[in-house]
Amino acid sequence: MKKEFDTEKKLYTLAILVQDIPGVLSQVARLFSRKGYNIESIVSGETDKPGITRITIVLLADELMISQIAAQCRKLIPVKAVKLLDESASIHREFALIKVKAEDRASRDEVIQMANLFRASIIDVGKESLTVAIFGDKSKTSALIGLLEDFGILEIAKTGTLAIERGRGTIYDDNKLKEEYNYGKNVL
Amino acid sequence: MKIRATAAIMECLLEQEVDTVFGYPGGTILNLYDELYNYKDKIHHVLTAHEQGASHAADGYARSTGKVGVCFATSGPGATNLTTGIATAYMDSSPVVFITCNVTEPLLGKDSFQEVDITGIAMPITKATYLVRDAQTIPDVMRQAFAVAATGRPGPVLIDFLKNVTAPSVEIDYEFVPWTQNRSCSSIRALSDSHELKAPEPDLEDIDILVDMVAQAERPLLICGGGVVRARADKQFREFAEKLDAPVAITVMGGGGFPGGHPLTTGMIGMHGSKASNVACNECDLLIAVGCRFSDRVALDPASFASQAKIVQIDIDRSEIDKNVLTDHHIIGNARRVLELLNQRLPQYSHPAWKDHILPLREPSVAEDSETLTPKQVLETIRRLAPQDTIVATDVGQHQMWSIQHFHFDYPGQLLTSGGFGTMGFGLGAAIGAKVGNPDKVVVHTTGDGCFRMNCHELATVQHYGLPIITVIFNNGCLGMVRQWQNLIYHQRYSETTLDRGPDFVKLAEAYGLKGFRVTNQGEMEAAFRAALEAGCGCVIDCRLDMDEMVRPMVAGGAHITDFLLR
Repeated sequence: MKKEFDTEKKLYTLAILVQDIPGVLSQVARLFSRKGYNIESIVSGETDKPGITRITIVLLADELMISQIAAQCRKLIPVKAVKLLDESASIHREFALIKVKAEDRASRDEVIQMANLFRASIIDVGKESLTVAIFGDKSKTSALIGLLEDFGILEIAKTGTLAIERGRGTIYDDNKLKEEYNYGKNVL
Repeated sequence: MKIRATAAIMECLLEQEVDTVFGYPGGTILNLYDELYNYKDKIHHVLTAHEQGASHAADGYARSTGKVGVCFATSGPGATNLTTGIATAYMDSSPVVFITCNVTEPLLGKDSFQEVDITGIAMPITKATYLVRDAQTIPDVMRQAFAVAATGRPGPVLIDFLKNVTAPSVEIDYEFVPWTQNRSCSSIRALSDSHELKAPEPDLEDIDILVDMVAQAERPLLICGGGVVRARADKQFREFAEKLDAPVAITVMGGGGFPGGHPLTTGMIGMHGSKASNVACNECDLLIAVGCRFSDRVALDPASFASQAKIVQIDIDRSEIDKNVLTDHHIIGNARRVLELLNQRLPQYSHPAWKDHILPLREPSVAEDSETLTPKQVLETIRRLAPQDTIVATDVGQHQMWSIQHFHFDYPGQLLTSGGFGTMGFGLGAAIGAKVGNPDKVVVHTTGDGCFRMNCHELATVQHYGLPIITVIFNNGCLGMVRQWQNLIYHQRYSETTLDRGPDFVKLAEAYGLKGFRVTNQGEMEAAFRAALEAGCGCVIDCRLDMDEMVRPMVAGGAHITDFLLR
């Protein structure tokens, strides 16, 4: 029987472990551009293992597209592991720095109050502005940004989404499904 | 032991049993060529007229011998001239190691003379690229590069050495390790943590599922793809086809994977596929594709492709599964190993009714009695006079399709053609590589006047190395395949496809010190080809053909596989 693929487009999160060598980020990213896929967000950072970087990519795709791209990713020589992080079985967080206009006392108080409500912190105070740092899932950061827009946002610096599996399972486990990752390792 | 870095590069080539390289020197790669001078008794360097020719020659050498091809070029334009050749090798999964040198470390990234980021450029058209900035890593990189090129689904890799890494004063620690043992080297061991360094062993459960599917099939069809050729699995494939007693359709890349004259062959499948192949594809109830990625030239319309059939894909590369056509079942593995396992488990089947339906659709080749020369007469003459094991290198276009339709290829590496990338100008370089790698075989290069004009300067290489390659130009004074599309689809608006211009190919051959023949009828063709076989030097036969000859049959791109635009 032909495999049924979900044709609805939604956001998928891929965690990719790569060797930390020059050009590796562009090598991974170009796979997506080659297929004409738009990366929603991409985050790269070091891991507990020396020389290994973790890249987290969020992508708007359908199931066939995402399984294709994961298989293509696994063929790259610097790629050590690829894992599709299911929304329900993993935790997703992002971080944002928001510089807001706060020229008078009233607006300053209100911004601080808002930040407290969201458990965000004020990390810089100027005469005419405040900078708020928020950490949370996408809906939380988006909600705060939406509310702060009333005061006038001067600038935003935001990471993409980071994600990790819930529970004991890790990306290092040999936890690949047969159909996505037959017989263990990547093939050259 | 301490040796010069450049000597280590040469020794690493010897580790891999490389005795032939193709290339072109230049400023940044001078150190490597200086070292090559010391190794000229061990490593035969073929100097081409252009880096593109060298890239195709290394590719043709790899395809025809089954070994890894090696190609050298300098930085900047030397490196970018390789790119068409690299992409050609990548699309057709041909193992070639490309070695370039770049500017020195302090000049890197400063738009220095002849500097280009070739590892960046080549990234999407190679299995791996390496920029070598530390001489001590040379043995590791070289060994890994060869392992990557040859293992699994083969393909090109590129190594870019900074010039300072190859400086004569640089010495590194080096021990000679034959390739059979260098899998234990650190760079390859590290890779083996995450990558399988041999073909994956097929899953026996998957094999058994296919064995059951075969038992239930009444109208099975096999597709012989390029994977059969790359895995040199022709014997196993033949046994498989005979056990199944199923018709076999062959893709362009599959030529040589299954004997062209075998009673089960239905010929080419796809855009210019035979009626027998395309009808069989449409009516079969089980389609088993071996080493075939269902490109748009085979599965013209993926949605209606083999719509009555359960589709099974056997491929070494899991990223090919369900990429172009959704399949019902797949087996991951090297074609040879998968077919061995299947053959052990399969009883002898017999499908007389199905064969009686499909095989008579094959159209017998009828000799053409035309006064003026026809493509079929040219090919018929070559087939009759050339030895059956002749290697045929083609360019791209009408002559390519005619050659593949008309010749019978019996073994992997007998047909060299740019099936995936469709590179005009591929043929002469590939023929040079094939002749260098197979000096005892006759090598015929079929080409069109458009293709030949692109890289005909490689005739200088043919002459210099005394390679008796026979170039047969299907000269119809136009870009035949493009004109065919203009004729059928663009209402005879022949925009820029008429090639009413020089050179005189006979005089051109003579200018390069080769023999040239012009033929306008079958008798002249026969005489010229006989003379070329005896000539002992490169020959060019300029066959004058009518510009309105078309490749038949033809199905338009994206159309249903049996909706023939031309019969």
